[in-house]
Amino acid sequence: MAQIIVENLRKHFTVARRRRGTLGALVGVVRRDHKIVKALDGVSFSLEAGELVGYIGPNGAGKSTTVKVLSGILVPDEGRCEVSGRVPWRQRIEHVAHIGVVFGQRTQLWWDLPVVESFELLRDIYRVEPSDYRPRLEQLVAALDISTILDTPVRQLSLGQRMRCDVVAALLHAPGLLFLDEPTIGLDASAKLAVRKFIRELNEQRGTTVILTTHDMDDIEALCSRVVVIDRGKIFCDGDLEALRARVGVERRLTLELEHDAPLSIDGATVVSRNGGQVVLAFDPEQLSTAELIARVTEQHPVRDLLVEKSPIEEIVAKLYDDAQEDPA
Amino acid sequence: MRPYLAIFKARFRALLQYRAAAAAGLLTQVFWGFVRIMIFTAFYTSSTAPKPMALAELITYVWLTQAILRLLPWQLDGEIEQIIRDGNVAYELMRPVDVYGLWYARAFALRTAPVLLRSVPMLVPAYLLFGMGAPASPTTAVAFVLSVTAAAALSAALTTLLSVAMLVTISGRGLHTLTLSVVNLMSGAIVPLSLLPDWFQPTLEVLPFRGLLDTPIRIYLGHLPAEAIAGAIGHQLLWTILIAAAGRAVLRRALRNVVVHGG
Amino acid sequence: MSALEPLRLYGRYFATSIRSQLQYRASVVMLTIGHLLMTGVEFFGMWALFDRFGHLQQWRLAEVALLYGMANIAFAISEAVGRGFKAFGQMVRKGDFDRLLLRPRGTAFQVCAQHFELVRLGRLLQGLAVLGYAIVELGLLDAGSRLLLLLTAIIGGACVFTGLFILQATTAFWTVESLEIFATVTYGGVETTQYPMSIYRDGFRSVFTFVVPLVFVNYVPGLAILGRPQTIGPWWLAWISPLIGLAFLLLCLRLWRLGVRHYRSTGS
Repeated sequence: MAQIIVENLRKHFTVARRRRGTLGALVGVVRRDHKIVKALDGVSFSLEAGELVGYIGPNGAGKSTTVKVLSGILVPDEGRCEVSGRVPWRQRIEHVAHIGVVFGQRTQLWWDLPVVESFELLRDIYRVEPSDYRPRLEQLVAALDISTILDTPVRQLSLGQRMRCDVVAALLHAPGLLFLDEPTIGLDASAKLAVRKFIRELNEQRGTTVILTTHDMDDIEALCSRVVVIDRGKIFCDGDLEALRARVGVERRLTLELEHDAPLSIDGATVVSRNGGQVVLAFDPEQLSTAELIARVTEQHPVRDLLVEKSPIEEIVAKLYDDAQEDPA
Repeated sequence: MRPYLAIFKARFRALLQYRAAAAAGLLTQVFWGFVRIMIFTAFYTSSTAPKPMALAELITYVWLTQAILRLLPWQLDGEIEQIIRDGNVAYELMRPVDVYGLWYARAFALRTAPVLLRSVPMLVPAYLLFGMGAPASPTTAVAFVLSVTAAAALSAALTTLLSVAMLVTISGRGLHTLTLSVVNLMSGAIVPLSLLPDWFQPTLEVLPFRGLLDTPIRIYLGHLPAEAIAGAIGHQLLWTILIAAAGRAVLRRALRNVVVHGG
Repeated sequence: MSALEPLRLYGRYFATSIRSQLQYRASVVMLTIGHLLMTGVEFFGMWALFDRFGHLQQWRLAEVALLYGMANIAFAISEAVGRGFKAFGQMVRKGDFDRLLLRPRGTAFQVCAQHFELVRLGRLLQGLAVLGYAIVELGLLDAGSRLLLLLTAIIGGACVFTGLFILQATTAFWTVESLEIFATVTYGGVETTQYPMSIYRDGFRSVFTFVVPLVFVNYVPGLAILGRPQTIGPWWLAWISPLIGLAFLLLCLRLWRLGVRHYRSTGS
């Protein structure tokens, strides 16, 4: 039986619109406009225990609404949702005792206090037995390498340190399901790697189910075997990473800074734009590997600098959306 | 002038957004007015002691207080507090305007916008229904408006000084609360100043705080002879200048430290 | 789990809150003194009126000071304990309420426990000083049962004021605008009940009797403590003030639950 079952979930919001300018503000005193937003427009999927799923989509697509419903904060208009046999919004307290949530943009730690005091307070809030708490904390502290900052007030931590502490805080009660919302946002490269490594191990060794929402394609590639894409309240794509790639193609871009402004033509790559010595090439890494492409370029021209980029999530989703418009299946 | 006007408009617009708050604020002020009038009336009717002002005047005093109460520096400029707390004050130096002037203008808008918005809907029913009296004469009416403006200028100077003080002390909020207790007592917001003990009067006369509330109201009631009005407004303006000068000096010193120590 | 467990957790929250406030010791001290003075000048105003007029109807300063002390102590306790509710609008606006919903505890409990506002001790000290003056002046020091009455009335008063803060917080689920109207029953409630109810007009008095039951936790027990005839109801009314306060508090918590339900269906 699946750990998470979501069937035909719908949720709409009423949003007030403000008028502009002084006159608008005066009119707004008397009358306000409302508009209905369908945040979830019939969302269905299911998850087995132990999966590590990327849940992606542009801003306002319905990602955080889904997470709020799954975590028991929000009651949907209609549809069915069960997590480990519980309906999150009906059995909020029992439900949240078994899940962990990390918001990348905000902390759940007490700002002015040493990290360890927040952990102790959470231990009591979640009713963790001291005999379970101590070994678990030791393990987490070692895995995320935060032993040196346990006595530092949270407000003095760097973003990366704080994020690692927040991950520990979300796992003190050993939840079977973990929601991660933008866990690597704003982190430097090494902190990102550390967080990703930990998440992978948590999933592989403990079998913790992880739902990851992110804007960072690298997070998805490093972690997720399965990706669910949502846009405008609907699921657009649900499958493994390869399936997503197959659907949108995985065009990459190579930006070159050439020593000399010269004509350039490479088999398997197209010139997207050029501006003096700066050239942007688009290519498909399945057909032509990045290394091979760079080799071909440097064969022809001396290169001062280069940068390889993946299409950001926004572009992928836009592409998916375009495809759906063209082919309303 | 343009940036200052823009500040004022923005403040006004911000206030208009909160329509329920404005209506509720008005109701609250009327409510307090009634409570205070009932308390004073009970004292007046149960005692034969000599009274410094008639009950009708006292009622007018209360309604005028309720109408212009928001002139008092009850809260400081939240955005400036934020700038100071975050240590972003150095960026203020990069604006092409005088920092003190800008902050003062913000404070002036902060003080006057709510009073402009609320005083009329407060005073009309107070005058028509709740027993507030008319100004003693057309001259005192004009002098009252001038004196209220001076009170706003004085309060803005005090607000700015308290904001600036946050740059030099970490207990800025404590200092603000301390000042407020003095302001509340010595401006006439708690009890009309003439009802406070006689031995207290000379102190009240000299200090700036009566200029925030009591002075305009005394002018309205005709308690000041025509020749004393100019002096009373002069007292308000003199203190405004002194407090503004102090604020400017503290700000200059604090900003110099910011520049020298790099924030 | 024992029934005392939430109390222990509150204790831990309490200690945490105090410790984090004490990080800014100088500021806390200054603010406490500030609050002491802020409320102190209010009493100075009352004293000045008595100084000028001698008495208020048939009441002397010490008698009114008793009501004043009771009202201010009860209010100070509510302000310290109910700070989370008072500042709740901001919490909803910043989206921090979601975090509380993610924890396996009651929401009202968490909002209440998260912050104990130390600086409200200023008002408490002031109220205690005024009450102390009244007790000494009225010779109540060895009047055992009346002191007990005083204590129960203060508990009832703290319940009513806390209930009002909860109501105020509940409105934040529907509107982002800070509802100043509640100042009329919270701050207005202290201001009003620190004088004898007999000086107010009937309509006004009924608001604080039937809408907000502040009369039952202040004036009614106050009359009994002062040995004055009960004007509002039977004599035993003075003894059930904590029950009335508790009933009001529970009613407010009911409404809070409605608010939480609304929040969870609109997400705003």
